[in-house]
Amino acid sequence: MKNNVFVYCEIEGTTVAEVSQELLTKGRKLANQLGVQLHAVAAGSGITGKVEKQILPYGVDKLFIFDAPGLFPYTSAPHTDILVNLFKEEEPQICLMGATVIGRDLGPRVSSSLTSGLTADCTQLEIGDYEDIKTHEKYTELLYQIRPAFGGNIVATIVNPEHRPQMATVRSGVMQKQVLDENYKGEVVIADVDKYVPDTDYLVKVIDRHIEAAKHNLKGAAIVVAGGYGMGSKEGFDQLFQLAKELHGEVGASRAAVDAGFVDHDRQIGQTGVTVHPKVYIACGISGQIQHIAGMRDSGIIISINTDPDAPINKIADYVVVGKVEEVVPKLIKYYKANSK
Amino acid sequence: MKYKIIVLAKQVPDTRNVGKDAMTEAGTVNRAALPAIFNPDDLLALEQALQIKEQNPGTSVGVLTMGPPRAGEIIRQGLYRGADTGWLLTDRLFAGADTLATSYALATAIKKIGGADIILGGRQAIDGDTAQVGPQVAQKLGLTQVTYAEEILKIEDGKATIRRHIDGGVETVVAPLPLLITVNGSATPCRPCNAKLVMKYKRASCPAERPAEPTAYDYLYEQKPYLNLTQWSVADVDGDPSQCGGAGSPTKVKAVQNIVFQAKESKTLSSSDSDVEGLIQELLNEKIIG
Repeated sequence: MKNNVFVYCEIEGTTVAEVSQELLTKGRKLANQLGVQLHAVAAGSGITGKVEKQILPYGVDKLFIFDAPGLFPYTSAPHTDILVNLFKEEEPQICLMGATVIGRDLGPRVSSSLTSGLTADCTQLEIGDYEDIKTHEKYTELLYQIRPAFGGNIVATIVNPEHRPQMATVRSGVMQKQVLDENYKGEVVIADVDKYVPDTDYLVKVIDRHIEAAKHNLKGAAIVVAGGYGMGSKEGFDQLFQLAKELHGEVGASRAAVDAGFVDHDRQIGQTGVTVHPKVYIACGISGQIQHIAGMRDSGIIISINTDPDAPINKIADYVVVGKVEEVVPKLIKYYKANSK
Repeated sequence: MKYKIIVLAKQVPDTRNVGKDAMTEAGTVNRAALPAIFNPDDLLALEQALQIKEQNPGTSVGVLTMGPPRAGEIIRQGLYRGADTGWLLTDRLFAGADTLATSYALATAIKKIGGADIILGGRQAIDGDTAQVGPQVAQKLGLTQVTYAEEILKIEDGKATIRRHIDGGVETVVAPLPLLITVNGSATPCRPCNAKLVMKYKRASCPAERPAEPTAYDYLYEQKPYLNLTQWSVADVDGDPSQCGGAGSPTKVKAVQNIVFQAKESKTLSSSDSDVEGLIQELLNEKIIG
């Protein structure tokens, strides 16, 4: 059977990226809705026997493993040819990949080669029907690729009526991962790499590589204390770090605060940063541009501390504290310490 | 070594500082309210090209852009900074292109130009943030690519050594020419316009940008041929109209919505001690925080 849902699994060494597992979870739901199978592709070096347990439990019916020395670290050409040649055989209807550096390097090459549509950075994926307004042709069960556009000011629903696969990338943290069944029985196919990748593909050599383990777990934090441009300086963020430490949370920031150099880029929350789903989100001096709200709107309880009672973020906040951050935050710390024991 | 370099550049609405009038009441983008600028990442790509030119005398840098006639400004901005030439792809048939149709048009123009040793572009444009066009052009031309480049460390023996950003770190790669490179936002900022070059090129324009009726400057274009910027239609680059613009775009926009967030019933507090302590107690009592 063809026309299945495919997920490209990104692999660092022998570890499957979390974003890929998030997409497998989403892919399983889409496949159920369409009545097709969920297939996964994993390419790397020495991954056989190591990645299956990280992939199949998400409800993967068939996993294609490409295992060869030149496939890690990732370079564009071999991974492109794996997907292009596999997709020519398998004719998937949907292909999902992470909107990571790798996914954004690979996705466009595959789409360009197969002349299929690709939508970057989707925030929602749904199945639905479509009628072309010009030709009045009707299409059923297309993938709705929903993404913010124009700096986050609008949300566009994109479809690919004619071309297959319908390709989409999704940022890490936007979908939620969930194991379907630890013992899910999926078929594993060990592919003959040479059949898919010509020797001439191994042109780019990676001569040096540094990956730093993440310094924090903003994405998975239960409590996020986020600061905006209004924090004024690097030092201004110190009190947010103190509050986050007391509450066992993490510090995030708006794009403006990151651009101003107050905190590291990897703490940016929003459409072009990390998406968070904490139990509690404390927004300190954040006005609430749409692009920021897109990355935190699903937080449980939202507390906004702002001198401006009409700051846009207050509309979606559960608690609005009208006041200066530098007055309110020390009081939060003080009364938390006093009341929590 | 002399290199032939093409810089892919896009004129974009400045979406970074959108004000209240950026959207019309009907929920569409009010382009008139947003200034048209040189896409920031593309400027960084231009800087990398100009640095290669400085280190390798005889190297040529051309700016290739697609857009309405006013996008000729992007070529001038390139010339003002040290580019040698430019090409504007402009034609109604190019309009409405998604990334794939855009990459087809650019790849076709690059073939018309006769290819290049190095093609540079920004990682992504701020109006779409897709980062797709660079790799799609590379695939159409069968070129090697290096995306997310932060610095081109050296070019020798037909190979480029490039430091690039990756998730959670950096890596250094060696890739053979011809090569397409997309430049990350963390690369060196672009140099400003050079006053002499501004004087030299300020009247440079594409035919479509010039007024229909004769002007006092028309003689300049005969005297100084370098003021005539190249302008190409789909036919000029031997393009297939069915692969250009809206017709050549597999993706269709089904719907566009203005973002409206569901307003919540919120509790407003002051910064007084009693209000803040009350908030903390409420959060603790309801076990929202531990």
